[in-house]
Amino acid sequence: MFENLQDKLNKAIKTLKGQGRITEINVAATIKEVRRALTDADVNYKVAKDITDRIRDKAIDRKVLISVEPGQLFVKIVQEELTELMGGEAQGINVKGDPAVILIAGLQGSGKTTFSGKLASYLKRQGRTVLLVAADIYRPAAIDQLKVLGEQVGVEVYSEPENKNAVQIAQNAITQARKTGKKIVIVDTAGRLAVDEVMMKEIEAVKRAITPTETLFVVDSMTGQDAVNTAKTFNERLDFDGVVLTKLDGDARGGAALSIKTVVNKPIKFISTGEKMEALDVFYPDRMASRILGM
Amino acid sequence: VGKSTIDEEVLDELENVLISSDVGVETTVKIIRRIEERVARDKYMGTDELDRILREEIAGLLSSNNTEDVSDDFALPAGKKPYVIMVVGVNGVGKTTTIGKLAAQFHKRGKKVVLGAGDTFRAAAVDQLKLWGDRVGVPVISHGMNTDPSAVAFDAVKTATDMQADVVIIDTAGRLHTKINLMNELTKIKRVMQKFTPDAPHEVLLVLDGSTGQNAFIQATEFTKATEVSALAITKLDGTAKGGVVIGISDQFKIPVKYIGVGEKIDDLQTFNKMEFVDSFFKK
Ligand SMILES: Nc1nc2c(ncn2[C@@H]2O[C@H](COP(=O)(O)OP(=O)(O)OP(=O)(O)O)[C@@H](O)[C@H]2O)c(=O)[nH]1
Ligand SMILES: Nc1nc2c(ncn2[C@@H]2O[C@H](COP(=O)(O)OP(=O)(O)OP(=O)(O)O)[C@@H](O)[C@H]2O)c(=O)[nH]1
Ligand SMILES: [K+]
Ligand SMILES: [Mg+2]
Ligand SMILES: [Mg+2]
Repeated sequence: MFENLQDKLNKAIKTLKGQGRITEINVAATIKEVRRALTDADVNYKVAKDITDRIRDKAIDRKVLISVEPGQLFVKIVQEELTELMGGEAQGINVKGDPAVILIAGLQGSGKTTFSGKLASYLKRQGRTVLLVAADIYRPAAIDQLKVLGEQVGVEVYSEPENKNAVQIAQNAITQARKTGKKIVIVDTAGRLAVDEVMMKEIEAVKRAITPTETLFVVDSMTGQDAVNTAKTFNERLDFDGVVLTKLDGDARGGAALSIKTVVNKPIKFISTGEKMEALDVFYPDRMASRILGM
Repeated sequence: VGKSTIDEEVLDELENVLISSDVGVETTVKIIRRIEERVARDKYMGTDELDRILREEIAGLLSSNNTEDVSDDFALPAGKKPYVIMVVGVNGVGKTTTIGKLAAQFHKRGKKVVLGAGDTFRAAAVDQLKLWGDRVGVPVISHGMNTDPSAVAFDAVKTATDMQADVVIIDTAGRLHTKINLMNELTKIKRVMQKFTPDAPHEVLLVLDGSTGQNAFIQATEFTKATEVSALAITKLDGTAKGGVVIGISDQFKIPVKYIGVGEKIDDLQTFNKMEFVDSFFKK
């Protein structure tokens, strides 16, 4: 569906050269191709515009159009810019505290419960004792789902099937963790829309009550333009510490990652790459940049 | 004040609205061209008229729902009993929930409904569908977890036939369209059902998450290849996401959007209304 960006740029530049007018104005045509590629990759269109404005300046500075391999250099500049925006080195999560509490939040179906199981498994493999908490009191069979995953990875799951108060469940779980000497508590919560005031208040209350060491926002990598709205609101309400990008085993370009990073400036800490409990990876900015560009 | 041409500002604004609704660059360009052509044809145009034309042109790309009954889209076509619906889509888009809500609508209209728990893979998927079955008050055919989904589908269609049910809805596990084995499995589920009812499934409903961006296009392409998708449902439109990517999909594949999901509750399913959908792009 997408033509290689480098080919497109080469073509655009060739046309310009053919006209024999290599000027700053002409860079605009090439920049437009970059902007389109970003928008096609689901980068928010406003974010794409800001990014390409900066790329244009750099391209002019580095005299891209009169270089030997203009397409190549142009792509290099784009890639550098994206990588930089995506953040420096991979960042781990903070597991200090007794117990360390990790709160998982995000939209419906983004992959929170699956990620909770994976994270539990990952931390367990590092030799830590973990308690998973089923604080989704809404979705049919949410508790069962987490229990199945807990069993798969050999981590205990705390739940209170009769209790309809997510705040209490989370608090009780922490007490339980202290009693049983668990060092890490992972709280899985219900999916919610950023515009759902009642549900956003609930997760704020959960956060206030358990003061997590780490709050993670889980996002589906297939998300489109709306990613910025959601991320902004969740960040305003929860001031989360990091982002988890899921379903990267598909072929989504994942432009949402770039939009979110640009808008809330929080690191992407993990990527989820499958339904199996082992399918978890740390995040590499340069790989993500290439992916967005389809290279 | 009337205009004989559209100024740049109006087009820029339209482009922003469409792109931020996930319509995609290609379809956006197509829409803008159509509007430019139309404006060039019609000499005089007021702002209201222009506004109407914008919406008409966008809605024009949405394929029509070709079920016979136009008064109630939850009505089932005659002569196919049980009417077999297979529900497919990538992970977490809202398939199981849509099935629950759809079952409720049919049930409410006095139809006999049977559900088939064909997601035997995702943790607690069967329990989830069973809870929906209980909620609605309809039976769920299940062979439990980690069993062959084709066998479940076969059994569901057979049981529904024996029970003289009006409709049977088969849930399937979420799968990314890039997973060839899983896509082939869908073809197999279909084939096995056909051993019992040769023209089943009568409807393949592809569920798309309304917050999905351009990847939905590839999802539609690949699921159509594997299962001949005949209708679309877009979920999660109760948020701020607009689901605009379906415009290009519906246009290219000529598949109608039948349902929209607007929440997690049993009644949060509506039949699709083109004009309302397009209007939602322009609401702040
Ligand atoms: N292919 C793939 N599927 C995933 C990944 N992460 C989660 N899933 C699947 O996506 C679907 C939704 O995942 P869940 O973990 O239930 O999502 P959730 O955010 O907990 O959903 P709610 O609790 O309903 O809001 C399930 O089918 C998962 O198996 C991933 O990285 N890759
Ligand atoms: N807000 C909102 N949430 C929805 C809607 N439809 C489904 N959901 C939620 O989205 C999440 C995923 O829904 P499911 O029905 O489990 O999705 P699925 O496609 O069956 O998921 P898998 O079987 O894991 O692939 C659940 O939390 C649902 O409650 C909708 O229209 N609006
Ligand atoms: K999703
Ligand atoms: Mg969950
Ligand atoms: Mg399901």
